[in-house]
Amino acid sequence: MAAETQVTAQSVNPERRIAGLTADGWRCTATAIAILVAVVLPWTLGSFQTFQITLVLIYAIAILGLNILTGFNGQFSLGHSAFFAIGAYTTAILVERYGVSTYLTIPVAGGLGFAAGFLFGFPALRLSGLYLALATFALSVATPQLLKYNHFEDFTGGVQGINLLKDSAPFDLPFSVDQWWYYVTLAITLFTFWMARNLINSRTGRAIMAIRDNPIAAATMGVNTALYKTLTFGVSALLTAVAGALSAIVVEYVAPDSFTFVLSVYFLIGLVIGGVGWIPGAVIGGAFVLYVPNLAEGISTGLAGVLFGVIILLVIYLMPSGAAGLVRLGITHLRRRLDRDNNKA
Amino acid sequence: MELFLHQIFSGLATGAIYAAVALAVVMIFLAIDHFNFAQGEMAMFSTFICWALIDAGLPYWLAFALTIAISFAGGIAIERILFRPLHSAPVLSHIIAFLGLFFILNNGAGWVWDFTIKPMASPFPEGSIGGLIGYHEIGMIGVVLVMLALLYLFFRFTSVGLAMRAAAQNPESAKLCGISVGWMIALGWGMASAIGAVGGILIAPVVFLEPNMMLGILLYGFAAAIVGGITNPAGAVAGGFMVGVLENLVGTYIPFVGSELKLTVALVLIISVLMVKPSGLFGRTTVTRV
Amino acid sequence: MNRRLALAVLTIAGLSLPAAAMAGTYDTGATDTEIKIGNTNPYSGPASAYGQIGKTISAYFDTVNAAGGINGRKINFVSLDDGYSPPKTKEQFRKLVESDQVLFVFQSLGTPTNSAVHAYMNREKVPQLFVATGATKWGDPDNFPWTMGWQPNYQTEGRIYANYIKQNLPNAKIAILYQNDDYGKDYVQGMKDGLGSMAGKMIVAEESYETTEPTIASQIIKLKASGADVLFNVTTPKFAAQAIRKVAELEWKPTHFLNNVSNSVGSVMNPAGAENGIGIISSFYTKDPTDPQWQTDAGYKAWSDWMDKHHPDGDKKSSFTVYGYTVAQTLVQALKQCGDELTRANVMKQAASLKDLELGMLLPGIKINTGPKDFFPIEQMQLGKFNGTSWELFGPVINGEVGS
Repeated sequence: MAAETQVTAQSVNPERRIAGLTADGWRCTATAIAILVAVVLPWTLGSFQTFQITLVLIYAIAILGLNILTGFNGQFSLGHSAFFAIGAYTTAILVERYGVSTYLTIPVAGGLGFAAGFLFGFPALRLSGLYLALATFALSVATPQLLKYNHFEDFTGGVQGINLLKDSAPFDLPFSVDQWWYYVTLAITLFTFWMARNLINSRTGRAIMAIRDNPIAAATMGVNTALYKTLTFGVSALLTAVAGALSAIVVEYVAPDSFTFVLSVYFLIGLVIGGVGWIPGAVIGGAFVLYVPNLAEGISTGLAGVLFGVIILLVIYLMPSGAAGLVRLGITHLRRRLDRDNNKA
Repeated sequence: MELFLHQIFSGLATGAIYAAVALAVVMIFLAIDHFNFAQGEMAMFSTFICWALIDAGLPYWLAFALTIAISFAGGIAIERILFRPLHSAPVLSHIIAFLGLFFILNNGAGWVWDFTIKPMASPFPEGSIGGLIGYHEIGMIGVVLVMLALLYLFFRFTSVGLAMRAAAQNPESAKLCGISVGWMIALGWGMASAIGAVGGILIAPVVFLEPNMMLGILLYGFAAAIVGGITNPAGAVAGGFMVGVLENLVGTYIPFVGSELKLTVALVLIISVLMVKPSGLFGRTTVTRV
Repeated sequence: MNRRLALAVLTIAGLSLPAAAMAGTYDTGATDTEIKIGNTNPYSGPASAYGQIGKTISAYFDTVNAAGGINGRKINFVSLDDGYSPPKTKEQFRKLVESDQVLFVFQSLGTPTNSAVHAYMNREKVPQLFVATGATKWGDPDNFPWTMGWQPNYQTEGRIYANYIKQNLPNAKIAILYQNDDYGKDYVQGMKDGLGSMAGKMIVAEESYETTEPTIASQIIKLKASGADVLFNVTTPKFAAQAIRKVAELEWKPTHFLNNVSNSVGSVMNPAGAENGIGIISSFYTKDPTDPQWQTDAGYKAWSDWMDKHHPDGDKKSSFTVYGYTVAQTLVQALKQCGDELTRANVMKQAASLKDLELGMLLPGIKINTGPKDFFPIEQMQLGKFNGTSWELFGPVINGEVGS
């Protein structure tokens, strides 16, 4: 299913040099440049734009979580807003009700997200493809209702939600609150992306992908499919919950209305736009779901939804593999050109 | 006892709503092996067309027939223009395309007809039998059953119906038999769209017409289709009634659920049926070839 | 003169004049020629029906600008979509305040959405003026001096019905149907507070619903079975219409109290079947444009003419267009009072100094009053009973009690 859109960068001969650099070298350079830009960016932007790119990174982490599940393991989810909500509410409740340090709540949120995802992974085992999409769709539609539930109200703040205040930079560091939380988010983003990359390139990662590509063959090879699938669900939910926790801190407010199924839809759109099965794509997807609705609104307020829908369809038609496909196309093009130049010389 | 009876009948009435949507869900699934997440919005849009035609002065049944025809053509057009090019794209692209369609139809309807609720005419007389169930609801159940019967006849006895089933179940072999699989899929879209339109037109007098009318209903429609068996139209209709009644009884008699968690009931239903009997209560188990 | 040329001339004039010679004192967002006002509304998503309000306000400001603006300054109204999602609201508010640099934000819609920016706006000291929600927390000048509501709050309205029930139906058994969110719960709270110690005895059943539910028939059946003889109906238009019809279908004849949110003749009572609604009691502060009794009223005619001429896309049957028109007029009055001192502090000060303001679409006798300690602009309502075609107002104009 998702295999067709998968990007196989490995297909390039690792020894082959382009403009003096191997494929790995190019990847390192590109990553280094991206990180450098990300670090410098807040100093060139106003506090509002910094806040926006922080949100982009938060979306990127959530989409990365979804990518691990859908892109690499082949399990669909339209219910990741629920895990996002778990993370956000964990942080909000711990900070506001129990006075726990904001930073400490982030790993706790991740842990709870992992537990929830792992548990949801069990019913998910029995559901394949579209059935899983449907079950998770139901989960995300029911999430706001569960958050409002009367008997949890003392915890969740019910329909009123919970307000919280983000800490300013510690140790008198010369950052504004927005810059500080941008860098915290950036650090977490880099860490999660690095972990995700290592996971995918590890033995476990190969098992996860083998299950996606051919579950029966994977099982025959001795891969414990049930365990790997539930674990993947857990890891995926963990990342999304961490993103949720960061969003609660950065937005400084949680309420049931923040976690409707539209959020899940946005994650999914971000995933497909960024490229299924391509890790850096999550950032592009995050930027897409944050900026494109604003862009559509800028063109016409009344027709923003129509425009957004049209843009999504256009992207699906023009670049069916998302940004990943575009990047791959660019690389191929570049390589061909370089080859030609080399031959000439 | 009176409460119990009332809840049963009211459940049947809402069940008819779910059944109508579930039928459209099953129809599209039979044709393309997919859930259409924009199914509800398509039905809503059709209903608006019908409303606009009636508003423009057309008699009810003419508007009704015209809407069905337009929806049928519209469904085919959507398949030909939007989904044909995505034929070989991965499932995920289809889901995204459905979502894109969802945004376009929902926002488009709001833009054209705005978001205030509109009363939709009903072809059935007003009033009810002893306050238990309205004539409109009875009429609706009747129409759903008639649609079901027609579908049964279509699939069982017409060559097109047979060809369509073949095209969905085994496209390769169907192609070899000279069936135009592409057009069969388009036909499935058209029929699902038309069935959805009938559903929407009958649902609107109960819930009032507005662009977000189908948002919640679609989830119940999915639940109904899943409970009854996604490949079985009769099962889906039965599933619709079951979900409607069950939801009311659970909401009434299980105190900690109450009305607050009624939607969650649909969620639990979907997941538990999928867990225990993935093919639905009335569905056949399909065996996947490796 | 060509508009661009005019703008250029004005800019040059603005640049060449020393600051001291300017007419007014300004904060970010206000100049000699312009007042920049921000707004958020759900133009997309499930709550998009409310988007009407933002569009109406925008149209009204266009009219004001065409007539020369306020004290010679044009209003630049920046209205953004938040899809009723609190995180998006936060983003849009920060855009308005930090990037678009508005003087203040006006009429942002929704309780959860405004809650998300409540602390932010008060920290930044930017007015969050006349928010479009009836929650009680918007009128708290001691803790949140930069936030002010506008419409009568939901709790006040709940109390008005409670008082009526205590006086006229002392033995009532009350059933409540409410939307499961802040709005619904505020009404229920108001009703309970109003009934006081009697609440526990008088309220025999409460049922809630979610906006995603297709119908609320099941809830109505349960409420009827409780044996109640009073129904307090706290629902939004679609569900209100469903409830009214279902109650009639069940041949249940309670004394039916319907919240102000859904008492439009055109978009609720008629769709529900006018004869089903006879006898329903509701409360009012604006004139219902679909109610025949106002067809010859001067205030109504002015609104109707304005709608035809300047906002032809707007729905004349909807209460939202009346709401947007009236709240925009309120703001225009406050800004007029600001004179040339367009600072954020002065905007709040003037908004809190509205005295006996009467507007065309407010009911006769209802006046807008605010003060340094009174952040509830409209606190009066009048009860009305539906007679099958329109609302017959009865009793005196009632003053609210919460927070004043």
